Amino acid sequence: MERATSGQTGLFQRELVVPAMRDSFAKLDPRTLVRNPVMFVTAIVATTATVILLRGIATGAEDIGFQAQLVFWLWLTVLFGNFAEALAEGRGKAQAKALRDTKESLVALRIGKTGDTEKIPATQLRYGDIVLVCEGQQIPADGEVVAGVASVNEAAITGESAPVIREAGGDRSAVTAGTTVISDEIRVKVTAEPGSGFLDRMIALVEGASRQKTPNEIALTILLTGLTLIFLVAVGTLPAFASYAGGAIAVPVLIALFVALIPTTISALLSAIGIAGMDRLIRFNVLAKSGRAVEAAGDVGTLLLDKTGTITIGDRQASEFVTLPGVAETDLLEAARLSSLADTTPEGRSIVALAGGEEALPSDAEPVAFTAQTRVSGVDLPGRIIRKGAVDAVLKLSDYPEDTVLALKKITDRIAQAGGTPLAVVENGRLLGAIHLKDIIKTGIRERFVELRRMGIRTVMITGDNPLTAAAIAAEAGVDDFLAEATPEDKLAYIRKEQAEGKLVAMCGDGTNDAPALAQSDVGVAMNTGTQAAREAGNMVDLDSDPTKLIEVVGIGKQLLMTRGSLTTFSIANDVAKYFAILPAIFVVLYPALGTLNVMGLASPQSAILSAIIFNAIIIPLLVPLALKGVAYRPMPAASQLLRNLGIYGVGGVIAPFVGIKLIDLAVAGLGLA
Amino acid sequence: MLSAILTTILIVGGTALLAWPLGIYMAGLFSGRFASADGLFARTVGGAPEQDWKQYSIALFAFNIVMFGFVFALLATQHMLPFNPDGQGAASLDLVFNTTASFTTNTNLQHYSAESTWSYLAQIGGLMWLQFVSAATGIAALAALARGIGGKPTMGNFFVDVQRASFCVLLPLAMIVAAVIALNGVPMTLQGAAQVTTLEGVAQTIARGPAAAFVAIKQLGTNGGGFFGPNSTHPLENPTFWSNAFEMVAIILIPMACVWMFGRIIGRPKHAMVVFGVMAALLLIKLVASVGFETAPTQAFMDLPVTQDVGNLEGKELRLGATTGPLWAVLTTSTSNGSVGAMHDSLNPLTGLVPMAGMWLNETFGGVGVGMINMFLYIVVAVFVAGMMVGRTPEYLGHRIEGREMRLAVLALISHPVLILGGTALFAATAWGQDTLNNAGAHGFSEILYEFSSAAANNGSGFEGLGDNTVPWNIATGLVMLIGRYLPIIVPLAIVGSLMAKRRSAESAGTLSVESSTFGVMLFITILIFGALTFFPAAALGPIAEHLTSMR
Repeated sequence: MERATSGQTGLFQRELVVPAMRDSFAKLDPRTLVRNPVMFVTAIVATTATVILLRGIATGAEDIGFQAQLVFWLWLTVLFGNFAEALAEGRGKAQAKALRDTKESLVALRIGKTGDTEKIPATQLRYGDIVLVCEGQQIPADGEVVAGVASVNEAAITGESAPVIREAGGDRSAVTAGTTVISDEIRVKVTAEPGSGFLDRMIALVEGASRQKTPNEIALTILLTGLTLIFLVAVGTLPAFASYAGGAIAVPVLIALFVALIPTTISALLSAIGIAGMDRLIRFNVLAKSGRAVEAAGDVGTLLLDKTGTITIGDRQASEFVTLPGVAETDLLEAARLSSLADTTPEGRSIVALAGGEEALPSDAEPVAFTAQTRVSGVDLPGRIIRKGAVDAVLKLSDYPEDTVLALKKITDRIAQAGGTPLAVVENGRLLGAIHLKDIIKTGIRERFVELRRMGIRTVMITGDNPLTAAAIAAEAGVDDFLAEATPEDKLAYIRKEQAEGKLVAMCGDGTNDAPALAQSDVGVAMNTGTQAAREAGNMVDLDSDPTKLIEVVGIGKQLLMTRGSLTTFSIANDVAKYFAILPAIFVVLYPALGTLNVMGLASPQSAILSAIIFNAIIIPLLVPLALKGVAYRPMPAASQLLRNLGIYGVGGVIAPFVGIKLIDLAVAGLGLA
Repeated sequence: MLSAILTTILIVGGTALLAWPLGIYMAGLFSGRFASADGLFARTVGGAPEQDWKQYSIALFAFNIVMFGFVFALLATQHMLPFNPDGQGAASLDLVFNTTASFTTNTNLQHYSAESTWSYLAQIGGLMWLQFVSAATGIAALAALARGIGGKPTMGNFFVDVQRASFCVLLPLAMIVAAVIALNGVPMTLQGAAQVTTLEGVAQTIARGPAAAFVAIKQLGTNGGGFFGPNSTHPLENPTFWSNAFEMVAIILIPMACVWMFGRIIGRPKHAMVVFGVMAALLLIKLVASVGFETAPTQAFMDLPVTQDVGNLEGKELRLGATTGPLWAVLTTSTSNGSVGAMHDSLNPLTGLVPMAGMWLNETFGGVGVGMINMFLYIVVAVFVAGMMVGRTPEYLGHRIEGREMRLAVLALISHPVLILGGTALFAATAWGQDTLNNAGAHGFSEILYEFSSAAANNGSGFEGLGDNTVPWNIATGLVMLIGRYLPIIVPLAIVGSLMAKRRSAESAGTLSVESSTFGVMLFITILIFGALTFFPAAALGPIAEHLTSMR
């Protein structure tokens, strides 16, 4: 988990800050600035103030020092905004560079129609080409294994160095460009056109190049632009008001008031917040295909979680042997032990451990492996045929006395009701009893579900178990609902039903048969180990293939919106103090009595204006860490969440600038700057 | 002091109690509870097809154009028409335009003294008719908005709604109010002015007319246009303590009921309670502030060696008590009524700020129907910011608020300060405004600011002290009233139309509840930040500067 750890280092590393500072100036390009209307307007008025300053210098006007300082801080406001964005982008750029280096070094062995191979740069591969990848080579393009089995190191993409198996057919056929075959060789059919592969998408994502504004960001930008217009009216009408009162207000001062009032703080940080949100997901080893998907994650109302691996630990444990009437317990134990000795799965080992006794397979034993067709496994010994397996499969093996079957059913029903999985054991056609395999609920998962419920999110357990077992596990784990004996069609139907009720649904999946449900869900997290179809259908890819992460993904989505909302509130709340700093300063010449409004006791009109505009500028870099890290997020109901954020960022946003402006004023007056 | 508090509590609290059943009745009415009446209304207009937001808005707009055209013609030709016992002559066309715009838009800004300007036909057939139908237009628009946001497939039919509001709400209530105030002494006659000889033996002309009918709907429909020039300070419009109390109740009754009606139609009475609470809190703050500021004597006493501890008595009708002046001032500007019970020009400077703030916010109950519609715009903004703060894409009643809705909401919200501050700037800096002032300095500025606030908020009250029957004033305020009326009605309908087209999402513990007191706090703050912060510089240069300069 290389990437995940690198994300925990400081925000202001030298190698990130220096290029970001350089980029801050590059981003002064009006074509870039215009994407952020509020900062664009700030740049326009800063330009105006600069022109006035230059004219003033030429004509030898008064107050040049004061005006020069105003101009300096106005430009700094714009630059700080650019810096925040550049810093957020810069964090992704380092990752992107490594990925790009990988991509450019890729070569392919393309197999021609006649079966010969030619060595070409990976960039020349087209959809449908077949390439050969041998041991030690990197896979040149995204594709599907069409022949062979290989173990592949995917560390370049996932940061996880343990190799994974990739083979033709089935759910583990997808391979990704840039990963390395470490044993055997495979033939891969290319499924991505040049420039649209997974690696390309990842580079674009981490760089923020393909970043489009999300609907929520667009709406917020409109609101902030609207506020800017409102304050343009409020400030733009002041010269007329002043002329009525028989005075005049200098244009640079009006500009200062205007810039102080418009929501520069949130506007400067807005794109940094969005980039950082995506970045948090990437550091969490989840790739979102769009910012929209991240926001949708915050809106999720229903979480579809696979039982195995998410709610229960992947492996079941034997917990009990139940004998049929008339069967000696030792017979069952012995048969269970023997039939499981060759079974190296954790389930098999847990049966051996529970049964106790000899752990070595007798030399004359012939193990019979589990197959998907028979669904039983066992062992053949001289004169003894022992089988164990799913109850219905075992019952199909031969005919048993009816009362024994009924007795077994009774036992297995009881096990199923307790949330366990029964395995029937049979020796030479005689039913012995059942093994109770128990699902082990992950520790702490129940508490997570309680948290989710408080946040208004329903959890639904998806399992192939029968309804009885599913109900018991669902009750034990504390999920809100379950879908038993779930087929892909059931999942799809369930998602549609939830969506019809107006809920957003998140799920994760890996198989090709999950693809329709992944595509239908609002947040579909495909496991990176899954098939290409699944990875195409989902709008996020989890590089670690850990379905539990769905819960955190929801949190990251919420945190992104919360950060945006909280900083908006903070930014707007700041205006109260700025009014009290600047208005008395500019009106005191019109009506001396209005000096009473100088509640902060700022030293002079000029220092008041300067202090407000300095506060307005430096609050941006001060809030950059918050914008990049996101506001503190704990799962809680919406009402408490609102009260908390309103308290911190609303009330704090009113108070902070009063303190800040006063302190800056003391410094400005003390240094004799105004 | 005790009587002031008691009066306030009785009038405001009592009306709140009356508004509850009225709101329930109105919600039923607009939900089609009275099928036979609806059938009659539908037949009257030749069928009532269901309308989407565009059709509803077009119908509303078309009907208002007809209202405007008809009354403009009537006022312009009044000297040639009957029911003119006092022989009123032709009015100037700019005044006709201003007056028609004023009454069509439910504003009732009056740049004239009615008793010496308009004939009885003009007043009753033109202006009073508009007082009914303009109020009905506002209520109809709210009903349509509530249906849309509440999940109905269409917005209903405007022509049916406007009849429901006129015949089933306004007309019956107006009859009751008219009867009560007529019993209190408000004249109701078609005879011309009375010629009397006073006790001093002087001959006097006392204007009279069908005032009781006019005054009733003036108060109920948040119209505010007086039958006589001095409005509700005139003894024949408001003769007694009881008529005064009764008229104040009539001012806020329907605006309050509209909130309950909205809550019922959308099926969220609790949400309505939160909105009502926010409105009531703002109203309470304004009441306490204005009654409090008015306990200081007028600034004329400042440098006199006189102890004056009965408050500001200038411009008050003392027969009604000193408290009812500021109380009425707050009620009439919180709703977009605009009738006056004291001279606002004579209020202490900070007291004068309170009515202005009421018009800037324009939704502390607000005009009939439109007050709640204005509040809807603030709710959209509050929900948007609060929604993000709880970590979700903002939704209102399950409708997702995105770019298009925000663009429209911002457009409607910006229009208010643009009209007020833009107009004030134009008139304060030029002879159009400066030459019409009776006071110099900050107070004169307040007069201009007040006039534009009143026009944009469709309030209609005057600060007075302004010679406003001039061509520039008539044209400018006429236009401001028209824009300030129709933009904030049509745009919210468009927002709802856009929301209706989206998939509605379910609510859970994770969604922002608009029924919680926390949301109420958020809404309150949003109103103050968006509604009030914009006007702070203007307030500082007007009432605040005057207060700090003269009221030491």
